[in-house]
Amino acid sequence: MDTILETKNLRVEFKAQGSRQGKKIAVNDLNLKVYAGEVFGFLGPNGAGKTTTMNVLLGFVNATAGDAFLFGVNVREPIARQRIGYLPELTYYYKFLTAEELLRFYARIFRIPSAETEKRIDELLKLVELEHARKRPIKTYSKGMQQRVGLAQALINDPDLLILDEPTSGLDPLGRMKVREIIQRLKNEGKTVFFSSHELGEVETVCDRVAIINQGQLKVEGRVADLVEQYQANLEMIFLKIIGYDVQIPMAPGPSATTLREQHTPKMQQTTALHS
Amino acid sequence: MNTVFALATVVIKELYRRKDFYVLFVMTAVITLVMGSVSFFNDPKIVRYLKEICLLLIWISALVIAIGTTARQIPAERENRTIFPLLAKPVTRGQVVAGKFAGCWLACALALLMFYVFFCVISGTREGNWSLLQNFQAFWLQCAMVGVVVALVLLGSVIFTAPSSNATISFVVVIGILLLGRHLNQVALHQPEPLRTLVYTIYFLIPHLEWYDVRDFVIYDQGAIAWVDCLLATLYAAVYATLLLFATWLVFRRKPLNL
Repeated sequence: MDTILETKNLRVEFKAQGSRQGKKIAVNDLNLKVYAGEVFGFLGPNGAGKTTTMNVLLGFVNATAGDAFLFGVNVREPIARQRIGYLPELTYYYKFLTAEELLRFYARIFRIPSAETEKRIDELLKLVELEHARKRPIKTYSKGMQQRVGLAQALINDPDLLILDEPTSGLDPLGRMKVREIIQRLKNEGKTVFFSSHELGEVETVCDRVAIINQGQLKVEGRVADLVEQYQANLEMIFLKIIGYDVQIPMAPGPSATTLREQHTPKMQQTTALHS
Repeated sequence: MNTVFALATVVIKELYRRKDFYVLFVMTAVITLVMGSVSFFNDPKIVRYLKEICLLLIWISALVIAIGTTARQIPAERENRTIFPLLAKPVTRGQVVAGKFAGCWLACALALLMFYVFFCVISGTREGNWSLLQNFQAFWLQCAMVGVVVALVLLGSVIFTAPSSNATISFVVVIGILLLGRHLNQVALHQPEPLRTLVYTIYFLIPHLEWYDVRDFVIYDQGAIAWVDCLLATLYAAVYATLLLFATWLVFRRKPLNL
């Protein structure tokens, strides 16, 4: 199977702000491989190093050590980004442009011929259900519409790899469902999707494999089904356990509590209490 | 170049979709037309004052448009996070700098063209002398000067975080050069060492924007400027703009993208 995305002993250090420690390790010896056609969930709590890893993959930040490759090309080369699409978290696109002007602008960067550009704009605006608003300035769009126009720009070059940073962040349930449908559709078309999300239910639904990182280190990597089988719990419980939370569910008044493994049984629908 | 032009097109679209340019143009037009409609002391040479006022307004408007448009370009990309999807495409930071420069400079040149067409019409109809060559040279030299100003402000936009502080500092520097630049060598002569060397160094380092101010040639019909002088002035501006853009790239390539 072709490796689309790869990191080798990736390490990113930053100068620690407001402390005398000198530097903070954001990503520590991260080794990842994402294969063609799979949907890969990149999970971790806030500050775990997900966005930093994505920033290295996209060439925004240089790695302190190690390497990252897209399609076998080192990410330091701009050409590595020719075949990818990227949707950042909460971006406000050029407000004075309309959706079709924005897509035309990005298509021009990829040197897509005009006839092909117009065809793709029509298809993408239909896909993200923004045909009715194609001639309206983006400043008039709702948050969900802005996120969908963001998804359309990420797809303008018909990318083989999509990198999505919390694509459903801040969206209402309907918006989240639409984004999830689009990811599912891309998966069916054979695209590779690498995305981070805090919506673990959604990750469980759409991802083939996941990696969980915490404090810059890879904690777990594997197929979703295998992890669920191994830990006998859903992805959310696995995630909480891996990042160091002890999940306990009060069964009845009193001090007794169930463990993570017990919680996964169907009859346990009670409120979970998390203790760090 | 394709990427640079694509980026430039977005900047130009931004300028003509914002109200700044229209406000300045209408203000210049209204003030000039009001001044032109009255006749002071039946002086037949009153049109010179009219030309002087119109050109002064054009200079002020050009600086306001150039500094105002350029100062917000890169900070706005970072603040709105549009820089992320942009740089996630096969676009280098050098191309972003070049594209922003090209866009701001072309947008200002287009605005200046409109102002000068208006000036030509006013002075031509009032004076009966269209002086197209002189006006074109004045327009061209002002475009060259605006190129240096745009590059200077672009450098400021990657150094100062807030567009407002960058715009204010740039405005003070540009006005300072325009008003005092030509006198700095005389000031240096009257200073003791080491201040003399310092003032001389500043005199030789700063781009002499005042050389591009040929308003008196236009107002007093002093004839066209030698083309070789125009060419040398253009080259001088091109060298300064290139140096400033290179400095901008050096700063921007290591700049974190988050504000």
